Amino acid sequence: MTAADAAARIRERFGVEAVVEGSSVTAVLPRERWQEAGGVARRELGCAFFNWLSAVDWKERGLEVVCRVDNLDARLGLTLRTRLDAGAPRCPTLTGVWRGADWMERECYDMFGVVFEGHPDLRRILLSEDWEGHPLRKDYAVDTPHTPYR
Amino acid sequence: MEVKPPVPRIPPPGWSEFKDLQEWEKYHQERAQDDKTSETLASIADAIHHMPGGWIVTTSTEKIFNWARKSSIWPVTFGLACCAIEMMATFASRFDVERFGMVPWASPRHSDLMIVSGTVTIKMAPLLKRIYGQMPDPKWVVSMGSCANSGGPFRHGYHVVKGVDRVVPVDVYVPGCPPTPDSLMYGLLRLQELVGEFQRTGRRATPAEGASA
Repeated sequence: MTAADAAARIRERFGVEAVVEGSSVTAVLPRERWQEAGGVARRELGCAFFNWLSAVDWKERGLEVVCRVDNLDARLGLTLRTRLDAGAPRCPTLTGVWRGADWMERECYDMFGVVFEGHPDLRRILLSEDWEGHPLRKDYAVDTPHTPYR
Repeated sequence: MEVKPPVPRIPPPGWSEFKDLQEWEKYHQERAQDDKTSETLASIADAIHHMPGGWIVTTSTEKIFNWARKSSIWPVTFGLACCAIEMMATFASRFDVERFGMVPWASPRHSDLMIVSGTVTIKMAPLLKRIYGQMPDPKWVVSMGSCANSGGPFRHGYHVVKGVDRVVPVDVYVPGCPPTPDSLMYGLLRLQELVGEFQRTGRRATPAEGASA
C-alpha cells in the first residue's frame, strides 16, 4: 500500500480529492461520511495507529476537525479533515473505530467545544469542570478578569 | 455570681468537607491575611515594656530570636516548573544554601519559607494556597521567576495566574527567566535581612484606606 494507492482508494470510495505529498495523503471529507472514512482508513488502508485529532477555528466559516492516522508498516500517513457547520460544532465520533480517539476527542471538546456525537464519555479532560467557554476558540476573551485568580 | 457558658467555637471547615476544589476556592475568596503578629506575645511584650528598663529585655530577646530565625530558614521543597531546576541547583552542593542554615524540607508543616518556583496555573493556585496554609507561622514566601512574579510569557494565556501575589502574600520577588542560582541566593540573602528585622510583637503600621487601590 503506497500513498498513491491509498489516494486512489479514497477517490474511488468517497469521490473526493486526495492530495499526495511524499508518503502522506490528505483528504477532505463530508461530515456525514466521517465515521465511514475512519472505518475505511482502519480496515482497508491499514491505518491502525491513531496519531492525533484536533480542530481549526475558521471563525464565521465554522470549525474544522483534523485527524491524523498512520499505517506504520507501510509508512503511510493519512490526514482526514472535515468541515463542521458554522454555529453548530457537532461531529460524529471515531471512538468506535479507534479506542485512542477517546481522550483526543475529549480534549478537542474541552478546547474547541466540538460535540462528538456518540462519544461514550464526553466531558472536560484538562480544564476544571466549571470552566466557562472553550479557550482555543478565536472568540474566547483571554484577558477577561474572572474570579478568583484570573 | 453568673457563670457564662463557654462560647462554642465553630471550627473552620476542612478541605475534605468541600464538594470540589471550586467550592473550596470560593470559601477562601479573600486573600490570605498577613498573620505574622501574635496578640498574646504582643500583650506580654507590652507588659515587659512598661516595666522600668523593660525595653532592654524585649529588644535583646527579639534580636536573639531573629538571629535564630534567619539562620535556620527551612524552605519547603515545592517545585512547579523549570525554575525548580535552578532551585535544586541552588540547594545542591555547588551553591549549597545549607551554609546559611537552609535545609530543603519535604513537609510544609516544618517549613518557614515557600519558594514559588515556576508557573502557577489557575488549577494549581488553590493547592498552593493549601500548602501555604499548612505552614506554621511565621512564614515567608519568595516568588521566583517571571511566571510567579507576574505571569511572565503566559500572562495573556487563559490558564495562568497573573502573579502569585494574587494568591499568597509575597516577601521577596526574584526576577529572571529562570533566575540563576546566584540570583535566587541573592534573594534568599535579602530575605535573611528581612527576617533579621522581623518583629513578632508590637503594632504594625497598616496602610491607609484606599492606599493600595
